[in-house]
Amino acid sequence: MLYRENGQFKTTYRSDQQIFPIAQDRIAIGLLLAVAFVAIPLFASEYFYTSILIPFVIMSLAALGVNLLVGYCGQISLGSGAFMAVGAYGAYNFFVRIPGLPLIPALILGGLCAMFFGILFGLPSLRVKGLYLAVATLAAQFFSDWMFLRITWLTNESPSGQVSVNKLKVLGMALDTPVARYLFCLSLLTLIALLAKNLVRGAIGREWMAIRDMDVAAAVIGIRPMYAKLSAFAVSSFIIGVAGALWAFVHLGSWEPAAFSVEVSFRLLFMVIIGGLGSIMGSFFGAAFIVILPIVLSRLLPAMGDLVGVELSTATVSHVELMTFGGLIVWFLIVEPHGLAKLWSMGKQKLRLWPFPH
Amino acid sequence: MKLSKLLITATVVAAGAATLATSALAQGKEQFFPLLSYRTGPYAPNGTPWANGKQDYLKMINARDGGINGVKLTFEECETGYATDRGVECYERLKVRPGVTLIDPQSTGITFALTEKAPVDKIPLLTVGYGLSMSADGMAFKWNFEMMGSYWTGADIILQAIGKSLGGMDKLKGKKVALVYHDSPFGKEPIPLLEERSKMHGFELQLLPVTAPGVEQKATWLQVRQSRPDYVLLWGWGVMNSTALKEAQATGYPRDKMYGVWWAGAEPDVRDVGMGAKGYHALALNGSGKDQKVIQDIVKYVHDKGQGTGPKDEVGSVLYTRGVMIQMLGVEAVRRAQERFGKGTVMTSEQVRWGLENLNLDQKKLDSMGFGGIMRPVSTSCADHMGSSWARIQTWDGAKWNIGADWYQADEQILKPMVKAAGDKYLADKKMKRRDPADCSS
Repeated sequence: MLYRENGQFKTTYRSDQQIFPIAQDRIAIGLLLAVAFVAIPLFASEYFYTSILIPFVIMSLAALGVNLLVGYCGQISLGSGAFMAVGAYGAYNFFVRIPGLPLIPALILGGLCAMFFGILFGLPSLRVKGLYLAVATLAAQFFSDWMFLRITWLTNESPSGQVSVNKLKVLGMALDTPVARYLFCLSLLTLIALLAKNLVRGAIGREWMAIRDMDVAAAVIGIRPMYAKLSAFAVSSFIIGVAGALWAFVHLGSWEPAAFSVEVSFRLLFMVIIGGLGSIMGSFFGAAFIVILPIVLSRLLPAMGDLVGVELSTATVSHVELMTFGGLIVWFLIVEPHGLAKLWSMGKQKLRLWPFPH
Repeated sequence: MKLSKLLITATVVAAGAATLATSALAQGKEQFFPLLSYRTGPYAPNGTPWANGKQDYLKMINARDGGINGVKLTFEECETGYATDRGVECYERLKVRPGVTLIDPQSTGITFALTEKAPVDKIPLLTVGYGLSMSADGMAFKWNFEMMGSYWTGADIILQAIGKSLGGMDKLKGKKVALVYHDSPFGKEPIPLLEERSKMHGFELQLLPVTAPGVEQKATWLQVRQSRPDYVLLWGWGVMNSTALKEAQATGYPRDKMYGVWWAGAEPDVRDVGMGAKGYHALALNGSGKDQKVIQDIVKYVHDKGQGTGPKDEVGSVLYTRGVMIQMLGVEAVRRAQERFGKGTVMTSEQVRWGLENLNLDQKKLDSMGFGGIMRPVSTSCADHMGSSWARIQTWDGAKWNIGADWYQADEQILKPMVKAAGDKYLADKKMKRRDPADCSS
């Protein structure tokens, strides 16, 4: 009785093609957005913004980009960290070299840099696939590590390779408070997620999924593999690039190439696998799992130790945290190999039938 | 069945969120020291004694003196794993605590990130012997305190020591000096000074980067074997140092021609190499050993009571003593601030900043605190956030470090213009201005 949709009839194509055809879903999403945009800014503390919400929102955006490529088009990539780095340094170079360039065009230009970089390193996908492609994209990662450490022009001749930006402004408003930064990132995320959702529902998304499921069969029915694969690389690395620029500009403020190391690539891949391959919702779940859970654990464990009267040392907490985190990943993947998004949709399915399951 | 699993998951997540939300602590008359540290990851062998020394000194001051003029010292550690984003998270988590004093990020990368945030939050950054070299200029960097030396002064002192061993700086002409460095901001910091000096004295500078964390150095040492530099400067941290020494041994590069920075001159760096590192020199920012009064006090008031943070035999080692010394500078800054703003009260981070800027630890004071053999006097001012740049050279004899008797000081004539120029460029990039001299009295 919790979640019943009888009585909701669709009489037009328009209503049948909505993103959320069920009224309850629309209400839930509306509430969620209201909470994210209105309720959270009313209550959250500064720590909550800078350490939890902003990293979560930006990483969700990056995971979304990775999911389009890996989850929807089936092109496994280990170069996501490199795409983020290209987005970040690209935006940085436009930002400091063109005086008075506003932030949003700088972010878009950074995303475009990442897009070209992504297409370039997506070219091997026309020849190799699966694990081989993963290794080929790993080259993008190593190349970007080398590039941003060695080509000092890209880092504005900074002697240590560390660059920074400050006094960010959007449409005349200064991004100087955590709330403003959070709302800015959240707006971008909402906008891009909406675009991505529509993209995967449309013709191009279907082409990607056809390529993912069986590329030979897709080619037989008239899908051009080159176009589909490269467009997936382009869209995905544009989004990852924008996320990288946000991570550098808004979250870190000052960064070095190590901020986008191969570890970031792995983390992004884990996010989409744990969250759910081929699901927009899964990107958010995955980002929450990978970004927030370690922080929650690092604070929960000492509190739990206090409850039973054991004082845990920092090193112990940190080791237990890593073990718990690893254990949870394994547990989640055993319980539901299709990721958290699948768990979520199963929960929804159960609620639709409740209390009469069959 | 599935539903119950979902419920369990939801409960775990909700419990976590609740813990995050309630971080309020009992407020009281306590000076709170946030301790960022790393006890895990590739740099843990070096990060752990450093962190232990910092904790033990606070415990000792509480046990021996009952705090600073009656103000109890509290602390909480936060594990960064040497990762910048985790470090920023720790900073955000701990900075809101009541009575927060100052931040010692324990990492050059985190220092860079926090340099942007500290002025906004009005929390001083204490980076003893590391961090941004140009931040020695207090007029440009109001909130950074790079005390007792930067990578530029360190590099300068190594070159002076080499010059001295050759019989004069002019003998450096035509020599080849290689810098084997950790490929990160930490490793790249000394390069501008080395380039400046190489122009001055006419030696050739060869730059040999090592990818972090530094366990893979075969290619680098192949280059050393090919080009046979006269001297190798080692700018490493953690596992990179011992690996470099082993590679030098394998390459047959004479260890007595190798000079490490002070972060490459502690026991964990050479212990495993043992005799293979005999003759290796490194900078010594601080003395070590168990015969200093402060170390004996720590043993007496903390370790003998069973409250020590690490193993007892680690007390007095190089990095442990450095941790103690760094924490002492922080504690003394609070004491100095109390002299002006009110004894026996909790200082705000802004007041501590004034204390750091007006620190004056002369030899007599250091002797009375038991730091006489550990360091030289430090005296900071509004313009000079470094206070002193003295360091010695120590040599590993296969079993222990032997500190040389000579104290070196970085050449002000070279450093001053470099610091000023770098600070000006930084401020211009940020569209900021130097501090007004009137600001000094605030």
